[in-house]
Order: sequence, then C-alpha cells, then structure tokens
Amino acid sequence: MPNHNDRRNARNDLSRRQVFRQVGIAGAAAALSGAAPTVAATQGATEPATTAAAPGLGAAPSLAPRLEALETLTAAEADTLEAIVARLIPTDEHGPGATEARAAHYIDRALTGALRGSRDAYAANLAALDSYAQTTKGAAFAKLPAAEQDAVLTDMEKNIAAGFTPNAAAFFALVRAHTIQGTFCDPYYGGNADFVGWDLIGYPGIRLTVTADEQRMGSKLRPVRQSAYADGAFAMTGAAKKGGGHGHRP
Amino acid sequence: MAIDLKKTDVVIVGLGAVGGVAALPLARAGLDVIGLEAGSWLSPRDFAPDELRNNFRGWPQSAQKANGEIPTHRPNPSAPYSPRLPIHPMMNAVGGTSLHYWAQSWRLNPWDFKVASETTRRYGVARIPKGSTVEDWPFGLDELEPYYDKVEYEVGISGQAGNIKGVIDKRGNIFEGVRARDYPMPALTGTEFTERMATAARGLGWHPFPGPAAINSVAYDERPACLYHGFCNRGGCHVNAKNSTAVSTIPRALATGRLKVVTQAIVTSVAIEEKSGRVTGVRYLKGGEEYMQPADVVLLAGYTYENVRLLLLSKSKPFPNGLANNAGQVGRHYITHHTAATVAALFPFDLNNWYGLPAQGVAVDNWADDNFDHSGLDFIGGGNLWVYSDRRPIGAASMSTFGKAPTWGSNWKAFVKENADRWNIAYLQKSTLPYEDNVLDLDPVVKDQLGFPVIRITADNKDNERKLGAFIQDKMAQWFMEAGAITVERGPPGTMGPSTHAYGGTRMGDNRETNVVDRFGFAHEVPNLGILGASVMGTSGAHNPTLTAQALAWRTAEHLSSNWKSIAN
Repeated sequence: MPNHNDRRNARNDLSRRQVFRQVGIAGAAAALSGAAPTVAATQGATEPATTAAAPGLGAAPSLAPRLEALETLTAAEADTLEAIVARLIPTDEHGPGATEARAAHYIDRALTGALRGSRDAYAANLAALDSYAQTTKGAAFAKLPAAEQDAVLTDMEKNIAAGFTPNAAAFFALVRAHTIQGTFCDPYYGGNADFVGWDLIGYPGIRLTVTADEQRMGSKLRPVRQSAYADGAFAMTGAAKKGGGHGHRP
Repeated sequence: MAIDLKKTDVVIVGLGAVGGVAALPLARAGLDVIGLEAGSWLSPRDFAPDELRNNFRGWPQSAQKANGEIPTHRPNPSAPYSPRLPIHPMMNAVGGTSLHYWAQSWRLNPWDFKVASETTRRYGVARIPKGSTVEDWPFGLDELEPYYDKVEYEVGISGQAGNIKGVIDKRGNIFEGVRARDYPMPALTGTEFTERMATAARGLGWHPFPGPAAINSVAYDERPACLYHGFCNRGGCHVNAKNSTAVSTIPRALATGRLKVVTQAIVTSVAIEEKSGRVTGVRYLKGGEEYMQPADVVLLAGYTYENVRLLLLSKSKPFPNGLANNAGQVGRHYITHHTAATVAALFPFDLNNWYGLPAQGVAVDNWADDNFDHSGLDFIGGGNLWVYSDRRPIGAASMSTFGKAPTWGSNWKAFVKENADRWNIAYLQKSTLPYEDNVLDLDPVVKDQLGFPVIRITADNKDNERKLGAFIQDKMAQWFMEAGAITVERGPPGTMGPSTHAYGGTRMGDNRETNVVDRFGFAHEVPNLGILGASVMGTSGAHNPTLTAQALAWRTAEHLSSNWKSIAN
C-alpha cells in the first residue's frame, strides 16, 4: 500500500478517475485542462485500483497517481463524482480545482463516516445523473465533453433534470456543499490536498495565536500550510508518530 | 427496575450554561447538589481549530444526545414540515453549549422587561400586535441587576460599560440600563475592520461600542487572555480563555465538596409523589442501567426544548398532560429569536476577517428595542446591529456571489478567488414577541434514540417581526454602505426552526394561568420544582440570551438556599 503521508508525488497527483483508466500523459493533461478524457474506462469494479496501477508508482514516480482504496463509492460512482467536482470547481487559469484538491476522495471517505446519512442519496442520484446524461446527451456523464457536462449540471441546478431523489436541485446543492468542503477543509480529512483550496482564496492558514497587527487590513501574512492535527496538541499521539489514521497529515 | 440512589438535597438536570451557574451558590450555601449531565468532560485538547468538525459535524466529540433530539418544525399546523436540521444547535458536555457558543454576554435593556406596559404607555394598547401573548416580566431590570453583576464577575465577562450608576459613558452602550459597576475585564480589542465600521456608524450619528463577551480580554481567574485564533464560532477554547461554566463556576462548586457531577446520565422523567403532587427526584439512564435519584428539590436546567420535553414526558395522575402543565402553559409563549433577515455586504478591498471571533465586534443599539420613536412606524421593538471578525475557509468559499457570478464553474471560482475576504454578514437580533399560536409540543411521529418523542416547533415570524426585520435590514445596509461596501444583499425573513436562541415554553410570571413558573423560577403547580434557562423568559430582547438566563439561574438558586425549609419540605 502506498503511504498516505507520502507527498513526494503530490504535485503530479492525478485523480482516481485517471488511476482507473490507466491513462497516459496525454490523457492526464487533457483531463487537467478540463477536456473530456479520451480513453475509455475499464470498469473493473472488483479489481482494486492498486493492483493494476501500483507498478507504475515505482516505474515513474514523478507521474504516478496517488493510489488509495475507495471506501464506499463504487468505481463507476467515483468516476461520475470525479467528473462532477471537476466541473464545479474546475482546473483553469486561476489554478488547481476540486480535482487537485481531491474533493471526491474527501467525499468518499466522509460517506463512510460523518456524511454516511448521504450515502443512499449519492447512490441513487449518481445513477440518476448517468441515466439523465445518457437520455439527453447520449453518454454517461463522465464521458461527455465539458460543455455537455456543464449543460447537464445546469439542468440539475435549475431542477429541470428528472429522475433525482428528492429532486435534482437538492442533490446538486448537496454535492456542491460537499465539494466545497472537500476543496477547502483541513487536509486531514482527505481533501484540500497540498492546500490548493486555501491557496485559491488566500486563507493565511491556522494560527493558534493571532496578534492585533495580524488582524489589520492589508496585513501580508505568510501562509501557514499545516493541518490542525500536524502536531500533537489535538491529535492522537500514536498517530502523530506512525502516520496512518483516516486521511493525510501533511 | 431502577436502582435507587441515596437522596440528595438538590438534583440539577443538565450542567450547562445555567445548571453550571446555579450549582455554585447552592454548593456554597452548604446544600448537597448532584448535577446530572448527558455529556462528559471535554478538555482543551478536544478543541481543535477544525472548521469542518466544529461547524459542519455536530461536535462528534460530545455525547450525541442533542443530535438525536433535533426538533421538528412547521410554520403553522397546516404548513408542511421544514427540512430537519442536520445537526442540533446545542451540544452536550459538562459546560454544555457554553463550551462552543459565541460567548456574547449581554444584559437585556430596561424596555425588554416591560414591553406590554411601556408600549401601551407610549403608543397605546392597540400597538401590541394582535395575537401576541406578551406580558411584562414580574420584575424590572433593577431586580436582576445584582445577579447580572454576580455572574459577570463569577463567570468572567469582558466589556465596556455604558451606564454606571446613571453616568453615561459614550464608549459603551448609552442605552443600557443602570449598572452598579464596570465589567471585570475591558472589552476585547477591535480590528481595523470593526474600527472602520465604528467610524462609519459615528458618521451616521449612531453610537457604536464593543460588545460584551464571556471571553478573557486579559488574564482572569488564573486563565489566559483570548488569542483571537478564529475558531470560537461553535468551537471550544484551546487555552480556556472562553469562560464556559466548565472552567469557571463548576470547578468552584466542586471545590466546595458539595457538588457531585454524574456524566453520561440521560434523564428520562421527573418522579412525582401522587398524593402531594411534589417531585421526589428524577430517573435517568447511564451505562445501560436505570437509576432513581431522589432529591428534595429538582432543578431542570436543560435547553428550552429539553426542559419542555421533560415536563411533557413526565405524565402522572396529578399531571395527566405533563408535569406542571395543568394550566396548559407548558410549551406556550415560545419564541425563536428572529435572527434571520440578514444583510451581507461586499467590499472592494480585503477585510482580513480570517481571524478573530464572533464576540469581537462592534454594536449599535440605536435601533434596538424602544430606543427610537415608533410613533410613525408600523411595528414595535427593534434590533441590535452587530458586525464582527470571523471567517474560515469553507464558510468563506460558501459566500454569496451577490448576483455577480454563477454559483459554480470557472467564473464562480474567479469570483471567490477575488472576494473570499471581501464580504461580511450581519445576522441582526431582533426583539421577538410570543404569540398564541407559536408553540412547542411533542412530535406525534419523530422519536429520539431512546424512543421518546422529540419536540415539535409550530412557529413562524409574524407581521410585526417581518416589518421589524425589513426596517433593521435597511439600517444595517445603510451602515455597510457608509463603511464603503459596494453592494449589499438582504436575506429572507426565514421562519422559526430550531435555534440557539429559543425562549419560553415555561414562562415566568405572577399569573399562574398564563405562566409555568413564579417570579423566582419555581413551578406554580409544583413548589419544589425549579426551572432554569431561557425557557422562563417571556421576551427575547435584541441581544443574546445566555447572560440573562445565567443571572436568572443564580437568582433562583439563591432564592432556594435562602428559603430552603419552605421550598424543600
């Protein structure tokens, strides 16, 4: 198993969608620029991604994806979710987005814990989304070009899309909220990887002591890029030494 | 079969903001007190600077009693139910919600105690809104002042006085009632942004001042001053600078040797002696066992919803509709403090609101209560304007786009990148009246983890509150624009779902036909049952309730110890 705390490859981290598809450099670049993946997926739901892709980690470390188990989402659900978050907070000229933040990874983890009450909603509505995309656009959501994906998401937001539970707008709002959580949360929870969310909005980071001067308007604060659980003050002390646990301790 | 425990003098149900205060004067008076608390002890190590856990996940470290009891809500009996809140606004632990509250610690203004008579005197009785059940409190601010004072010093409140013995100090709230002495600590420091807002308020001819907080502005009671780290909003304090009862009054009560704290104890009913109609103690669950804790006096000190629920669940032959409810008043005169109808503002420059706390702010009371002439207006009451420094990344990114960008995609991302630190929102507490059809009862369908019905709120903002809300929004919008905002956005009036500011249900008053407890907080129908908390308050005022509820709790406890023989026997 790859070490969750190993950040050597973080700059080139690719989403799980690419892991599953074992895409090459061209495919990854296309995905990062917001275009649709060009390589068809192999939906090996029973085959752990780590088995197929692990050798690549050693062979080409600078390009290797981070490999982790899906905790509750099926591979197909994860593909769809990755495609949604990539459009909600896209990777663009303003920098990394929800893909690099690993918002879908955050959601997968959270759906086994604090957000487990939403697990059924994801199952029903990710399927409904693919069904709606198939009916109206002729392909599963993840396989649509970005502009078509945006059109489908707009239909959801406006509650035009049918087949959702309780309705499309409610599920859109749910995924949007969770995507924002996964992009801007403490990275302990598996999102906001490499602090891309905090960098995006200029959050200066967690400071346990803040001076009056640091509260002045126009203060140029050095960004602190550390999780609340990066030292022993609030963490399990065993975890602080051994790593592991639930997410990533940068 | 319940395990019978040894009788005690007083059992307090809930050791939060009010139970934790009441325990101290009782223990000091030499009474043996058992405090039953559904939660457990938490420590500074539990108070991580973690926005996700604090603000979105219902405090997973605390015992999950409250989160299983989230009240249901419908605006009126024929309206559909509102979506159920995902997390309860309150939490369970020793210290209760005083661990993670915002810690604004206001006194009510003099008018709040006399809304009915003062409105009648100044504008005529016709100005009291139709359907309102508002009554004057059985006493005025002067009666409560000594108890406000005690709590301010025992708990530890920072603030700037505005009226000491009738001498007005313009650095403080010029509208506040007379106080005997200053706060024990100076106010928390302002920020450049709150100073900018204060300057703008003065430009409008208003009277800005820093708000009071149960947070150390300087070292106090051997605990340090606030570090302004920015995770106080639904967060506990990692250095104990927030003066929850868990670090102030409860440890002092324990030091007397008279208080015993029982944690993880969920009280299920109050026991009655049928012949006398007096309470004999409480039954609770702990560790899979049921216990009966006998006591001479029972004090309910849960949150408003819990106090009402426990009374309604405690049915007996003398009280077939719930304890102390033969007059049918339990659950009535319910108020959800009207804090919706917000105003958000967008500024053309960064505010640096990333740190600080919701209690670090600037207030204006010119438009609160009856501090302005309502002769030409079509409502009574008013609102406190409050602007503060408080921002964390998930909340920042969840900002409104003020109609200037979509809610997702590249254009949204560009907007949030530029504006995440350029907005502020004021939530505006408005004085809110009780009405005959705003009530609490037991939900006929929804149950908690133990199978007991949860509270059902049937309540909505009425015409008076909606008009008041719109008026106050205009004032807040004017203030933001004066301070340089480029646009403002008014939030909807909202409805009256579960809130951290829930009042009434066991209202205090001399008339036993319209009130559950008497002027000292003891049930009219059950003389050895006292009720603590905002559930006894008949008006909300325009300010946070906790300090008032704590002052009332101290007063009830002092009345009990001073009149022990007549109440306990």
